[in-house]
Amino acid sequence: MPVEFISPYITNLLIFIGIYIILVVSLNLTLGYTGMLNLGHVALFAIGAYTSALLMTRLDFPFVIAFLAAGIFAGFFGYVLVLATKKLKGDYFALATLGFAFIVVNLLLNLQGLTHGPLGIPGIPKPSLFGLTIQSNFSYLIFVAIVAFVSVFIIYKIVKSPFGRILEATRDDEIGLRVLGKNTVKLKYKAMIISGFFAGIAGSLFAHYLSFIDPSSFHLSEIILVLTIVIVGGLASIKGSILASFVILLIPEVLRFLALPSSIIGPGRQIIYALILITILMYKPRGLFGRVDLE
Amino acid sequence: MMLKIKQVTKNFGGVRALDKCSLEIEKEKIIAIIGPNGSGKSTLFNVISNLIKKDSGRIYLDKEDITEKEDFNIAKLGISRTFQEVRLFRNLTIKDHLEIALLESDEKLIRSLFGKREDNEKRIKDILNLVGFDKPLDTHATELSYGQRKLLDLAIAIAKPHKILMLDEPVAGVNPKLRKGIKEILRKLRKKGDTILIIEHDMNFVMDLADYVFVLDYGKVIAHGTPRKIQNNKKVLEAYLGE
Ligand SMILES: Nc1ncnc2c1ncn2[C@@H]1O[C@H](COP(=O)(O)OP(=O)(O)OP(=O)(O)O)[C@@H](O)[C@H]1O
Ligand SMILES: [Mg+2]
Repeated sequence: MPVEFISPYITNLLIFIGIYIILVVSLNLTLGYTGMLNLGHVALFAIGAYTSALLMTRLDFPFVIAFLAAGIFAGFFGYVLVLATKKLKGDYFALATLGFAFIVVNLLLNLQGLTHGPLGIPGIPKPSLFGLTIQSNFSYLIFVAIVAFVSVFIIYKIVKSPFGRILEATRDDEIGLRVLGKNTVKLKYKAMIISGFFAGIAGSLFAHYLSFIDPSSFHLSEIILVLTIVIVGGLASIKGSILASFVILLIPEVLRFLALPSSIIGPGRQIIYALILITILMYKPRGLFGRVDLE
Repeated sequence: MMLKIKQVTKNFGGVRALDKCSLEIEKEKIIAIIGPNGSGKSTLFNVISNLIKKDSGRIYLDKEDITEKEDFNIAKLGISRTFQEVRLFRNLTIKDHLEIALLESDEKLIRSLFGKREDNEKRIKDILNLVGFDKPLDTHATELSYGQRKLLDLAIAIAKPHKILMLDEPVAGVNPKLRKGIKEILRKLRKKGDTILIIEHDMNFVMDLADYVFVLDYGKVIAHGTPRKIQNNKKVLEAYLGE
């Protein structure tokens, strides 16, 4: 039995890392490749998590449908976010997307009829695929690993394609690209829809793993965490995002072994992330594998 | 007529950058726009590509009214241009730049992922040969010298499918040898049937190059004609002397 080779503790960690890899690589598509200062990514992750959870708990949808709907719905909200902010550039766009993230969390807290507010949604079933239910954490890990692999592969193919090249050109000089006849606004829509789709399915994986979600998982600290991972790994580097997901999520685990009380572990994590972010920004602003130079 | 600019006016606050400016650009010719600093030359280009909204006037490209079209659509319809300050994509290579300019299908995601890759190798080589650019294709834009950047910028504009090429001071700040080289490139392009609209500050550069010259001063066309006629025009001499 393979289960014996991996302890439950490690399995649990690897599942989270797998989910974060999807979340972070998809954020890099907008933030790093397209140069959109997108701070609303975690909100799309939340939308995916809630969509999938509600479709299964309330409407008894099959997992596959709930999973895909999570992606599609989050992608749609990505589209709406760009539509609502299309006149805004740079810092203003960043602020607007951050505002969007706060609105989503507030809606999750206040639309109690739908979301149970702060009480969250319990009893989210484990996924079943083709009549097989994924029960053990080990099989969930395999499932997450497959989804993460496919997601990263698709995003990799996109960024290496001619389409990906003009996403990068949009980041480097939007006007310069428009006078070559490319509709950069439409490109940003597409980037955000794709990015949102993957954030959404990551949200679905998250919800069905924990079997319980509430708005507290999608707060500002979460936004800072995913941004830290992207920046540490490097803008426009998929390899960097993957590696940094491991590094950043594993580092705070040392706190566990120091037998500290949990009241210290929580803030301790935040402090560690902040220190890592500051160190990287000071000494290696491009991150571990970043090759992109922003103006 | 390839390009027709009719009564275009543009004010920046109190500054009248273009004042009922009208120009007609014939096919397969090199047309120069000259004029002192701040006379509105670059503004005219920006208004044609609709990067800057004009206050009034109309613009026609090959008989089509492009006045209200969006900037990227104007580019798609056949205007290829450079800027006075070279604009390159700082993290992309020379090959990337030229492929972006050449490809018209890269905005389509599905086609971009599953379609057959067009082989542009030969066209890229031809264009780089034409402009005499010999850096390796994987060189990044930021590794180039000023002169090389100017040349790459020109190569991109040539590569982009177009009906008219609009160049904003392509030889500004360039060494004399390269100036001559660029002049030759433009002559070759004209021979191949290109229509070129070139902004140049220095009157002497365009005298033996342009077929026709428009002179701007305070946003107005103060004279136009063959270079020979322009050279002796009193208003033109005054505008340049008064600079
Ligand atoms: N974006 C802008 N905002 C305000 N004023 C502007 C702007 N662009 C140009 N101007 C003004 O409009 C006038 C025309 O400028 P423009 O750049 O078109 O001149 P030019 O003929 O290209 O000059 P140069 O030979 O120096 O390049 C100038 O007075 C300039 O200061
Ligand atoms: Mg100018």
